[in-house]
Amino acid sequence: MSAQALLAVEDLRVSFATATGVVEAVRGVSFTMGRERLGIVGESGSGKSMTGRAILGLVPPPGRVDARRLEFDGIDLTAAGSKRRRALRGRRIAMILQDPNYSLNPVITAGRQIAEAYRGLSRAAARERALGMLEAVRVPDPERVLRAYPHELSGGMAQRVMIAMMLAPGPDLLIADEPTSALDVSVRVQVLAILDDLVGRGRMGLILISHDLGLVASFCDRVLVMYDGRIVESCRASELESARHPYTRGLLAARPRIDGPGGELPVLDRDPAWRDAPGVCGAP
Amino acid sequence: MAYFPPSGAAPRPGFLPGLPGWLNTALGLLASVALTFLGLLLVTFLIGRVVPIDPVLAAVGDRAPAEVYEQMRIALGLHLPLHEQFLAYVGKVLEGDFGRSVLTANPVLEDIRRVFPATLELATLSILLGVLIGVPMGVVAAVRHGRWPDHVIRVLGLVGYSVPVFWLGLMGLLLFYANLGWVAGPGRLDIYYEGLVEPVTGLILVDSLVAGEPEVFWNALGHLVLPASVLGYFSLAYISRMTRSLMLEQLSQEYIVTARAKGLSEARVVWRHALGNAMVPLVTVIALSYGSLLEGSVLTEIVFAWPGLGYYITNSLLNADMNAVLGGTIVVGAVFIGLNLLSDLLYRVLDPRAR
Amino acid sequence: MKALDDRSAGSFSAGPRAWLMAEAAGSRRQARLGRWYAAWLVFRRNPLAVTGLAIVCGLIVVALVAPWLAGHSPIEQNLQARLLPPGGGHWLGTDALGRDIFARLVHGARITLLIVALVAAIAAPVGLIMGCSAGYFGGWVDAVLMRITDVFLAFPRLILALAFVAALGPGIENAILAIAITAWPPYARIARAETITIRTSGFIQAARLQGASASRILVGHVVPLTSSSVIVRVTLDMAGVILTAAGLGFLGLGAQPPVAEWGAMIAAGRQFMLDQWWVAAAPGLAILVVSLGFNLLGDGLRDVLDPKHG
Repeated sequence: MSAQALLAVEDLRVSFATATGVVEAVRGVSFTMGRERLGIVGESGSGKSMTGRAILGLVPPPGRVDARRLEFDGIDLTAAGSKRRRALRGRRIAMILQDPNYSLNPVITAGRQIAEAYRGLSRAAARERALGMLEAVRVPDPERVLRAYPHELSGGMAQRVMIAMMLAPGPDLLIADEPTSALDVSVRVQVLAILDDLVGRGRMGLILISHDLGLVASFCDRVLVMYDGRIVESCRASELESARHPYTRGLLAARPRIDGPGGELPVLDRDPAWRDAPGVCGAP
Repeated sequence: MAYFPPSGAAPRPGFLPGLPGWLNTALGLLASVALTFLGLLLVTFLIGRVVPIDPVLAAVGDRAPAEVYEQMRIALGLHLPLHEQFLAYVGKVLEGDFGRSVLTANPVLEDIRRVFPATLELATLSILLGVLIGVPMGVVAAVRHGRWPDHVIRVLGLVGYSVPVFWLGLMGLLLFYANLGWVAGPGRLDIYYEGLVEPVTGLILVDSLVAGEPEVFWNALGHLVLPASVLGYFSLAYISRMTRSLMLEQLSQEYIVTARAKGLSEARVVWRHALGNAMVPLVTVIALSYGSLLEGSVLTEIVFAWPGLGYYITNSLLNADMNAVLGGTIVVGAVFIGLNLLSDLLYRVLDPRAR
Repeated sequence: MKALDDRSAGSFSAGPRAWLMAEAAGSRRQARLGRWYAAWLVFRRNPLAVTGLAIVCGLIVVALVAPWLAGHSPIEQNLQARLLPPGGGHWLGTDALGRDIFARLVHGARITLLIVALVAAIAAPVGLIMGCSAGYFGGWVDAVLMRITDVFLAFPRLILALAFVAALGPGIENAILAIAITAWPPYARIARAETITIRTSGFIQAARLQGASASRILVGHVVPLTSSSVIVRVTLDMAGVILTAAGLGFLGLGAQPPVAEWGAMIAAGRQFMLDQWWVAAAPGLAILVVSLGFNLLGDGLRDVLDPKHG
């Protein structure tokens, strides 16, 4: 890992006060990363999305974010005001959301939504850049897409618009929250290839949040496995197969295999003791 | 007085299969409007039938001999079966013939044409106040959801829902006209300004500017301010409330997260992204609210002696002038239907998904 | 086994609160009461809603005990005591015929309550039946019923009520009827929308498979399930009903003199506005407070019963 981490998270907690008490969605997550690809896997409700949103400072009210340390490129995010956080968002930390059907504004054209990401540029210049970005995400007819409303685009095309929009200002860290799970399987590969290309190696940090172990294992350098708001295992992606935590092993076993026996489907065991046990690290 | 829920621009049924989409939608819309209008005429027709006043007696006097009575009955078409009478009625209305007003002895349509601009002027100024203040209030309430600005705006809106407009108008006159002298009194103009400006549009604010009579303009505005504020408050209550709930819905959408993740300013997220989407259904709300103001002004017009449609209808009603009452009712209903149609069309313009 | 039952169903001996809050109810009655109690707990936390409930309860109490509360006759005239200012023997002064305004206000509460209750009793069932049938049967029944609803919705409410009163003649019964005729269409809309979502749900299919007749399904399942939304809407509408009734009264088309009706009282006070403002101010405030009460109550009820529209 590089001398100065791009992102350092220590004891991150996200909690929601509800009528029936405080619910902790993230309970003490710690990790550091450089300009590498980090995968976070877990089931829905494991707190992986909230971790991503907490880094961006976008936890919806009444959510509360606490951390002993939350540093991005040497900037202490816990102490940064909302203005500072906003200046970082988009320009230096960007996020791709899951379903382009909902995550793009339905009444604004794709071109305008991309152009919005360039702050302080003239309209024509922003449009020019947006066009360039659409070409970079391999949109076949960028002029048309520029003028199109989101509902006129296919899911794959809309997600490319999303990627173009988020990568437009050239961020240092990209958080991709299930970027392909709402897409058709055939489109997933293309979108992933585009993402792979644009993120590059060592150019920016990427946090890929997914429930898909295989995807994370093949796309990322390192993997964090989250369970019930905590990291239960962290290891190199290449060593995921030899993971030690019983939960990770359970997840691995639950993957459907085309060559596997067609017998009874494995059921995930859940041990209440995992809730508070320290996480394990894969082969050092 | 109470508002109806926005009917929403529910997708209207297509008219005929096989036609091009837009034509089909347009024809379907037109058919639906025509049917509603026909229903409206049926209701006014039936109301006209159950009135205890005998139209024949009203025409011939109660000492007329039986033959004269019978002749009049036939002349008025009352011997025909009900459905034929109704068809004749529809035909007349479509020709713009609402009959003659007993009170003014003019054709009802002519009377309505004369009084309508006064109502239009009042309602338009009121809706402007309602939108320009109500929408921002609703947005602020939604953004500050659950905190004191939200509570203040909520209570302010509920009071606006609960206050009798005619009473508010009276109290306003007492305070701002009689005691403080800040505004002009009842009526559209002070007596010595009347007749100075030739009515062209009938809207005094417009006519006086066109005629180059700024004094008349200011005087008319002085008369308009209070009734428009009273009605404007009424529509503000409704608009701010609807804006709030529509904005709350929009602010919880995923595209808002995207907009924030892009680093857009909160103002841009709220006013461009969220309000841009909330505006789509809000247009329906505003159109319906405008329609309700055209009628909600009935009582306000009485209080402010405002010579508009509501004043005309009520006055005719109190003098048992049924032709005028029903004619006015049809016109108001038609305006309502027209506004509904307009909001439907605007919806299609504003929402790219509905085009 | 016994012990387990006690724990999950919450025995009454453990206290009514525990019994009401039990996770698993032992009987239908317990389940229903428990649900109401849970709703009440939510409702209670909203001070505005509680204020609304207090106002509405206050209206009912005042209407019940009006003769004892008033202190004066609401209709007996005393021309020696005309237009007295508030104070002395008359809390809120007297009107142009020397009648005690407070006594008239208190008796006016009865008229207001009567109008509200009757309009709700007529309009809500009509709306429910129209809407539920339209939604449940669909097809041409739906088309016809909803077209009728649309026609009524196309009319501005006050104007339609005015036209009906014009046809039927002024008077409180006709005013109530006219308001009810104009009030039901929104309920039909709501009931229809709810019915359409309920119609396809599993338990309705199950009931149909068991051979339940359409009327049985409608009355036994659909109507009860749609009524909470309609009740919320009716409560919210009551303020509008009060305002419309007051408007008709103000125009002299509602309750006829000498009955004490708030709208008519404002109209009567209008000519003395400049010097005896309280004659018109007091009944207006009464209308404002009572309709605000219904609005606050309806708002609170909506938060409890119908959270998705909050």
